[in-house]
Amino acid sequence: MTATEIAAAVASGRMTARAAIEDCLSRIERLNPVLNAFTAVLTERALAKAGALDASGATKGPLAGVPFAVKNLIDVAGLTTLAGSKINRDNPPAMADAPLIVRLEAQGAILVGALNMGEYAYDFTGENAHDGPSRNPHDTARMTGGSSGGSGAAVGGGLVTLALGSDTNGSIRVPASFCGVFGLKPTYGRLTRAGSFPFVSSLDHLGPLARTVADLAVTYDAMQGPDPADPVCAARPADPVSGGLDEGIGGLRIASAGGYFRAGASPQALAALDAAAAALGVTQTVTVPQAQQARGAAYIITAAEGAALHLNRLRTRPDDFDPDVRDRLIAGTLIPAAAVVQAQKFRRWFQNAMRALFAEYDAILAPATPCVAPTIGQKTFVLDGKDVPLRPNIGIYTQPFSFIGLPVVAVPVPLAARLPIGVQIVTAPWREDLALRIARTLEVQGIARAPSPNHKA
Amino acid sequence: MDEAAMDALIDAGTALAGIEIKPHWRPAVRMHLSVNLALTATLMTMDLPDDIDPAPVFQA
Repeated sequence: MTATEIAAAVASGRMTARAAIEDCLSRIERLNPVLNAFTAVLTERALAKAGALDASGATKGPLAGVPFAVKNLIDVAGLTTLAGSKINRDNPPAMADAPLIVRLEAQGAILVGALNMGEYAYDFTGENAHDGPSRNPHDTARMTGGSSGGSGAAVGGGLVTLALGSDTNGSIRVPASFCGVFGLKPTYGRLTRAGSFPFVSSLDHLGPLARTVADLAVTYDAMQGPDPADPVCAARPADPVSGGLDEGIGGLRIASAGGYFRAGASPQALAALDAAAAALGVTQTVTVPQAQQARGAAYIITAAEGAALHLNRLRTRPDDFDPDVRDRLIAGTLIPAAAVVQAQKFRRWFQNAMRALFAEYDAILAPATPCVAPTIGQKTFVLDGKDVPLRPNIGIYTQPFSFIGLPVVAVPVPLAARLPIGVQIVTAPWREDLALRIARTLEVQGIARAPSPNHKA
Repeated sequence: MDEAAMDALIDAGTALAGIEIKPHWRPAVRMHLSVNLALTATLMTMDLPDDIDPAPVFQA
């Protein structure tokens, strides 16, 4: 069942929240040993919340009885916020749930656990040296993508209908692509990041993953709104999108990104992009100005800010890092300050250039990842005919857009092959509504959908 | 920047930062440093106007 179906069933009394949660916990018990998506399962808490919801006479919210889970960099009261690390295990448990959890539970959703992720969100792979890799629900020998790997595995594998992840450079959109689910990276500053372990403050976003566009939208709506606890969160009222999903795309000017966004893409990535473009009647191809520079600038800001965040831990506990993360962070300490300032200046330049582009177009389509999910343990892949390091390059198509905080919906486009791949729908700031309407159109047409998992693969 | 120059930068930079680097970490650090430096070099070729404000506190 989808989240909206569960909520409707619970609200109407056809199903209890307890039944929904027990069903979910049973799936987690059966499938998590295969997918390694969860690092904590909150059985007692979830059942208690479900019981309270069933006993309450109050009107049920739009997420009544819907089980969800969060990436383990999001605070859950009573759990230590791991952020995928060994080092953080020494921290005390969080005193309170993060605001996004509070907001979802206020609408009836029920938290069932915390999810695996790449250490300190610096991976793109879903691999983790301490907890083991999360595994792709369509081929368990393959990566989920990351860093919200457990979120992709849990939703793609049908363990939960909803999950929260974070996206600094593509960490929602990459696992959405590899695991075949819908993901929303909202506008920078739209959703509060309070109560989450940071990575790169300049670029960090939180957002949902789901199996349908309606589920994605209702989850997003439940989480919107200002929060003074996050200085980046916009003082902007909620702008609900769920009610307008079926307004269609008439009159919208949609283009497909060319140049940089096609140069290194695999045949699968291009086939998915072209299938989406054709279904939407897109005939225009646009050049995103200086996309390669935007990706490079995002990369430099990430490396420098990430290194600064972890510098003291690199000094005092270097052996407790995942080596793949540690060595990358150390390299980040060596970036000249002038390059970081230049990257932040370029960010302003690129924002102005993209504003001009969005005066002509309402949405841009682009591949989410250059390829389908690589094999777990793989260190390189072929990009534009060259063998390149995997971790630094899986996000080449996602990084330019998160660099300036544009909202993006990643939609899964299952092809004839066994492995899914995603397409990004990018819109102007605060126009999540348009991206979701386009995603919904593709879903109705049967082009975008979350394929059934293949747990035995 | 060749390998020797990168190693010199690694040695000096990690010493400055107070990070003790073990010999078997060096190839991976060097690989990531070379990626960073290549992107930095390209970025620094951008001739941006003096009056563009950097955007560390960014509003979309």
